[in-house]
Amino acid sequence: MKTICLYFEIHQNIHLKRYRFFDIGTDHYYYDDYENERSIDETAEKSYIPALQTLLEMAQENKGYFKCAMSLSGCTIELLEIHAPHVLDLICQLYDTGCLEIVSEPYSHGLSSLANERCFREEVKHLCEKVESIFGCQPKVFRNSCSIYTDEIGRMVADLGFKGMLTEGAKHILGWKSPHFVYNCAMAPKLKLLLRDNRLSEDISFRFNDYNWDEYPLFADRYMDWIAQLPEEEEEIINLFMELCALGIWQPLSSNILEFMKALPNEARKRGIKFATPSEICRNVKSVGPLNVSDPISWVDEERDVSPWLGNVMQREAYQKLYTVADRVLICNDRKLKQDWDYLQASNNFRFMSTKPGSENAYRGIYDSPYDAFTNYMNIISDFITRVNNLYPDLDNEQLSPLMTTIRNQEDELDRKDKEIEKLQKTIQILKSKTKKAKK
Amino acid sequence: MFGWEFPPHILGGLGTATYGIIKGLSLLPDMDITLCLPKPRGDEDRSFVHIIPMDCVPVVWHDVDAQYVDKRIGNRMSPQLYYDMRDHLYADFRYLHTNDLGCIEFSGRYPDNLYEEINNYSIVAGVVARQQQFDIIHAHDWLTYPAGIYAKQLSGKPLVIHVHATDFDRSRGHVNPTVYGIERDGMDHADCIMCVSELTRQTVINHYGQDPAKCFAMHNAVYPLPERIQQIVAKRKPFTEKKEKVVTFLGRITMQKGPEYFIEAAKLVIERTQNIRFCMAGCGDMMNKMIELAAAKGICHRLHFPGFMKGDQVYEAYRDSDVYVMPSVSEPFGISPLEAMQCGVPTIISKQSGCGEILTNCIKTNYWDINAMADAMYSLCTYASIHSYMQIEGKREVDQITWERVGQRIRSHYDRLIHR
Repeated sequence: MKTICLYFEIHQNIHLKRYRFFDIGTDHYYYDDYENERSIDETAEKSYIPALQTLLEMAQENKGYFKCAMSLSGCTIELLEIHAPHVLDLICQLYDTGCLEIVSEPYSHGLSSLANERCFREEVKHLCEKVESIFGCQPKVFRNSCSIYTDEIGRMVADLGFKGMLTEGAKHILGWKSPHFVYNCAMAPKLKLLLRDNRLSEDISFRFNDYNWDEYPLFADRYMDWIAQLPEEEEEIINLFMELCALGIWQPLSSNILEFMKALPNEARKRGIKFATPSEICRNVKSVGPLNVSDPISWVDEERDVSPWLGNVMQREAYQKLYTVADRVLICNDRKLKQDWDYLQASNNFRFMSTKPGSENAYRGIYDSPYDAFTNYMNIISDFITRVNNLYPDLDNEQLSPLMTTIRNQEDELDRKDKEIEKLQKTIQILKSKTKKAKK
Repeated sequence: MFGWEFPPHILGGLGTATYGIIKGLSLLPDMDITLCLPKPRGDEDRSFVHIIPMDCVPVVWHDVDAQYVDKRIGNRMSPQLYYDMRDHLYADFRYLHTNDLGCIEFSGRYPDNLYEEINNYSIVAGVVARQQQFDIIHAHDWLTYPAGIYAKQLSGKPLVIHVHATDFDRSRGHVNPTVYGIERDGMDHADCIMCVSELTRQTVINHYGQDPAKCFAMHNAVYPLPERIQQIVAKRKPFTEKKEKVVTFLGRITMQKGPEYFIEAAKLVIERTQNIRFCMAGCGDMMNKMIELAAAKGICHRLHFPGFMKGDQVYEAYRDSDVYVMPSVSEPFGISPLEAMQCGVPTIISKQSGCGEILTNCIKTNYWDINAMADAMYSLCTYASIHSYMQIEGKREVDQITWERVGQRIRSHYDRLIHR
């Protein structure tokens, strides 16, 4: 039996404005409102709305059969709330049909999972609260920003109570293994891993409209034949993960990508293939074994690693500078500061600084070069760091870290004591009821 | 080839570029190059090129004995060549001012009577073209175009002209009609126009009305630094150990190079920082005006004018700089950023510079955008990672740009012209 797990990422970053070094200390607003409105409007119009309408149709026509999953970054939810609330309405409608599962991710779509555990946990909780307020559900499955994954991240995600996690089926990790099985995290055996089939996913998201591709033009029946012809084992999961804007932006609507999507459920049904959401799979399918990932993997570029964000010295300096203040931001109560913290962490800011070969003509937002992107970002975080440090003027980093450790230890101790109290209270209650019975 | 300048006696970028092109071509197996120069001093490197000193070529017949000729010009031209040239006089030039050997004197610089010198140069070229055997005529910059045209008319061989700059670049659009006329005439007669950048090529096509099919962008290159200069550069202090950072402008202080934008950007940086100094090296007709401008802005305590740099001083300046800036308003090519990058200096150039077309590891801003320029200066002086990235990657990139490759490309055009 073959099962397709379809997942869409919804993420648009918040664009930073042109920020010169002489603005440092005088201007604390970092965002390009015009560009933000323009780009979210464009994406909503060209991609999100038609794509979601199509998914809605698919769900209504194939009630109980067609299923998919989605995740939204916190920043994107905010952008959609302000500029394109009807997109959120559509997602809610889709959710109400029961075909959609909402997957969690870090609020900022940033790299905190690699930098600071406490910050990462806070972000994930923040997003889960946001999701609950909109959809009224608690996500059970997690996907990290850009599908970044290591064993350590798996452990943190399991600690947060998630049952499963989506990530990339990177060749250098899998080796001879197939991405079509469910694995589990090496450090937290209970956390199940669903690995993306990158060839089949990118056939849709990257190559669908490529005239030079030898499979062009691709039709739904042939695509489903490929899946049906995969070697048959007892439980095969085909994970198709992509960004939602692949439908409409990367593959323009004129390529009939939506007609292709619409035809998929019927063709799948003919071949005995079903659809499932990630949490259904985590619940019903057993893991075939642990997967060891010591170095981070992601779903971007040929290397499938973190080089698009942390590949050169500039990106690494920016990243390190930003996370030097992570602990301070966590303990502060300044909401404006926390909001900036979310927006500044977005991985896109680092991607704009990439100098990888082949990135020369990549999309860079308002910047004309990686150096431009770096300079602008560094100016902004210089101002941001000063603001954070001004909150705690008499505290330098060396003093801070022992304090943070103390706080952390005390928190742990309190947790432990809470549990103990709970346990003791239970025992007391049991004892009380026993004595009552004895009295009787 | 007709040239005007040649190392070691150079006044601008033209000499360096001419040297590089000839050297790059000479590395190819079957090239025999003769270069005509108005006034070589005799200390030029002749290992790969024959140099004909135009001020030793007779245009008037004088009966002089070999010993005397040898004594007068032996260090620059063989007496036999003098006699061979004398056999090819073609008109009566006794009305011209000539010396005792029947030769016209040249200054070899850019004197006030430049037009006269250009005219004399082409008269002498007539003699040379009658005596020498060649397959291609290659003329460098407008000063030698008339000589090239004349040589073409005499020999019927294809004429290649090399546009190192146009008067549109030099004058920010207010062209001198005489110069334009000479340039235009040269281009009209040329069989192939080589421009040092796409930017120049577009100027040639749009402002000189040339056929795009005969214009080609032929970007310049740089020579690997000699051992001696590498040693100078190696004494650089590591960036992170320097308390004060230095931002340098190096070049002729003229309208074309946009010095005022450098000063405006420097002012923005100086106002807000404590550890950045600026240096405007070179001289030129706008130098005094620039000193006045800096004084009026009140930034002379951190902006220095060390004057004209020669020889090794240039490399010492690069060594002590942390950022090199070329804010040219219109730069046909601009070799100096490449030299700075060779020395490991991160570079900011204007988008209006031709060399930007072949460089990626440098920061490009519009010359008028002083905010962007100041921001880039500040960033390179403040953040160690971008500095080290551009230092290493910039050098690696420039090391790939060699004259040998330029020579090969020029040669392929020669072949096409000869076998046409």
